[in-house]
Amino acid sequence: MTVIIRDEGFVSEDYHAEWVTLASDTDPATLSEFVNAPAIRVEFPSFADGRGFTLGRLLRTNGFQGRLRATGHVIADQYAMARRSGFDEVEVSKDLAERQPEAQWLARADWRAHDYQTRLRQAR
Amino acid sequence: MYKYNDFDEAFVRERVAQFSGQVARRIDGSLTEDEFRPLRLMNGLYLQLHAYMLRVAIPYGTLNSRQMDQLAYIAETYDRGYGHFTTRQNIQYNWPKLPDVPAILEKLADVEMHAIQTSGNTIRNVTADHFAGAAADEVADPRPVAELIRQWSTDHPEFQFLPRKFKVAVSGATADRAVIKAHDVGIYLREQDGELGAQIIVGGGLGRTPMVGKVLKEWVAFEDLLPYLEATVSVWNLLGRRDNKYKARIKITVHEHGIDDIRARVEERFAQIKPAFGGIDREMLSEIETHFAPPAFRNAPTDEFDRAYETDPVFRSWADTNLSAHKATGYAIATISIKKPGDTPGDASADQMRTLAGLARDFGHDELRISHEQNVILPHVHKSDLPRIHAILKATGLATANVGLASDIIACPGMDYCALATARSIPVAQGIATRVEELGIEHDIGELKIKISGCINACGHHHVGHIGILGLDRAGVENYQITLGGDATETMVIGDRTGPGFAYDEIVPAIERIVETYLALRLNEDETFLEAYRRLGMAPFKAALYPAKEETAPKEKANAA
Ligand code: HEM
Ligand code: SF4
Repeated sequence: MTVIIRDEGFVSEDYHAEWVTLASDTDPATLSEFVNAPAIRVEFPSFADGRGFTLGRLLRTNGFQGRLRATGHVIADQYAMARRSGFDEVEVSKDLAERQPEAQWLARADWRAHDYQTRLRQAR
Repeated sequence: MYKYNDFDEAFVRERVAQFSGQVARRIDGSLTEDEFRPLRLMNGLYLQLHAYMLRVAIPYGTLNSRQMDQLAYIAETYDRGYGHFTTRQNIQYNWPKLPDVPAILEKLADVEMHAIQTSGNTIRNVTADHFAGAAADEVADPRPVAELIRQWSTDHPEFQFLPRKFKVAVSGATADRAVIKAHDVGIYLREQDGELGAQIIVGGGLGRTPMVGKVLKEWVAFEDLLPYLEATVSVWNLLGRRDNKYKARIKITVHEHGIDDIRARVEERFAQIKPAFGGIDREMLSEIETHFAPPAFRNAPTDEFDRAYETDPVFRSWADTNLSAHKATGYAIATISIKKPGDTPGDASADQMRTLAGLARDFGHDELRISHEQNVILPHVHKSDLPRIHAILKATGLATANVGLASDIIACPGMDYCALATARSIPVAQGIATRVEELGIEHDIGELKIKISGCINACGHHHVGHIGILGLDRAGVENYQITLGGDATETMVIGDRTGPGFAYDEIVPAIERIVETYLALRLNEDETFLEAYRRLGMAPFKAALYPAKEETAPKEKANAA
């Protein structure tokens, strides 16, 4: 069992259609193939493996507009990173969600605040 | 100097609050030590041999007196009364207690400082030429660019869990004083057709596999700088090796794929991500530049300096070694040596920090710099104030006249503090400095950069020392390898190994033999150690280090047979 996390907290699975699942070592040159996928899950085998953040960002850069989920070992402190990298939501194991309850994720739901990147990317 | 705006201020406060929460959650168990580790590392907190160590960033090495006073206060209140300036323009506190760390970070935030990204697999504190804004040979002040990169790299969502740490340094002068070519990315500010831009060097680094950085792009316009850097780190984040931490640095990625392949990937990624930058970053850079406008220099006579220089030999000797050319007439850059022979290189007591802060306030346009050579700099002093400054330095044990000389040694903490060390480095530095002082030959030797690391990680930059010393562990016994001919500047060279290493009690005499050989063989007093080594090669030094042992050789042969 897994838990889905969004800005409003822990939510139950509400997507039952087809996923494209990408491993963290996906070749970035292939990402454009998935631009029209219905929904994409990017795997995080370990919280220390930050490739998924760049993959998320590049999928968005390539024009992917569908549902984008970070799945695997993502910790609450990384929630803002995932959101800022273009993910809509995070999926973690029940174990992890028990150890890091909803409040700890909600604490980072303010990911739009204090973000240097948004400042630096505005139009002049 | 850069002044935090409301955004920077709120950011740092928020980060302190977050980290305080993380410390609390570590203590209550909701974070495992494994999960806490990268979070504390993103906030500069290491676990060392005896205690936690907090590494505080001094972005591009620039401080004002208020900040220096606060570092002194922290040293006294939360540590044992001193701090250690490192080769990466950080200050390390070696004895903080975990529950005190949030309070320390709060005190730092009070003076616009932080420990963010001073460790962990992120983009680290951006370093710069320590003479920035003052040096006579400067093309442009590197600090505005460094500050822009600091903002861009801070909390960058994609780059908090990179394959390994990532270090960026910026220089805007003709002479490279910032070891640019030993960084993951190094930047030289250069003009092209009258416009200032950045030359990008990639893939330098020391450690286990020392590499000199290569040119990734000859010239990047400032409006493309952040996207270009982002493209570079983005390529490496996906391509860099994560199977072996010794092969994870970008220098290995560049080495394995070749610079042309990396360049092609970066260019492609740049084209992809550039549109996401709306252009305000260029305006922000211009705004940041206004913070680094030069102070109002005084136009005054320098008679007092001239008089002291002629009449006081102690002052003269200090002035000859510790002053550098300033861009403004009547001004000098004064380097305060934190390398008194016998003391720990880079350690400054709270009292010394306050003295330095006071000097900056009273005589130095309120500016201080920390150099990668672990010294403190008063970048803007009018020459007429130097005799008084020197008198104050003498009274506080800070008037050592050895900058750039044999006892101005870079040494990492080594076995005295560091959990990764394989040998001591501080006592070796102390031993060499003390010996050189006893012999009284330092000024005769002239420019000589000795650099010592206590293990293969090379925090002491030994590969690029004119004389490099690497402390290893050979079956439980400290053994010191020597390299010669290293060069940390724009003409970077990795030093050559002399041969077998030396035991702890042999290393100081071995260095002495190298120095004697140089003194005996140099063409004249103007030929520096490095020049002599380049002319002579390894042979004479090797002969001095490893004399043929005539009596013992036959015996050994007999045993072998
Ligand atoms: C005492 C705790 C310290 C630890 C545990 C530590 C650890 C390390 C490690 C593991 C590396 C190698 C990274 C790699 O090659 O991937 C490294 C590199 C480095 N460290 Fe430290 N370090 C410490 C203190 C210092 C200090 C005090 C300084 C400054 C004097 C310093 C400056 C550097 C520099 C400049 C490098 C880069 C060398 C290179 O280019 O590869 N470190 N450190
Ligand atoms: S070189 Fe080795 S011993 Fe020295 S500080 Fe770095 S990791 Fe520690």
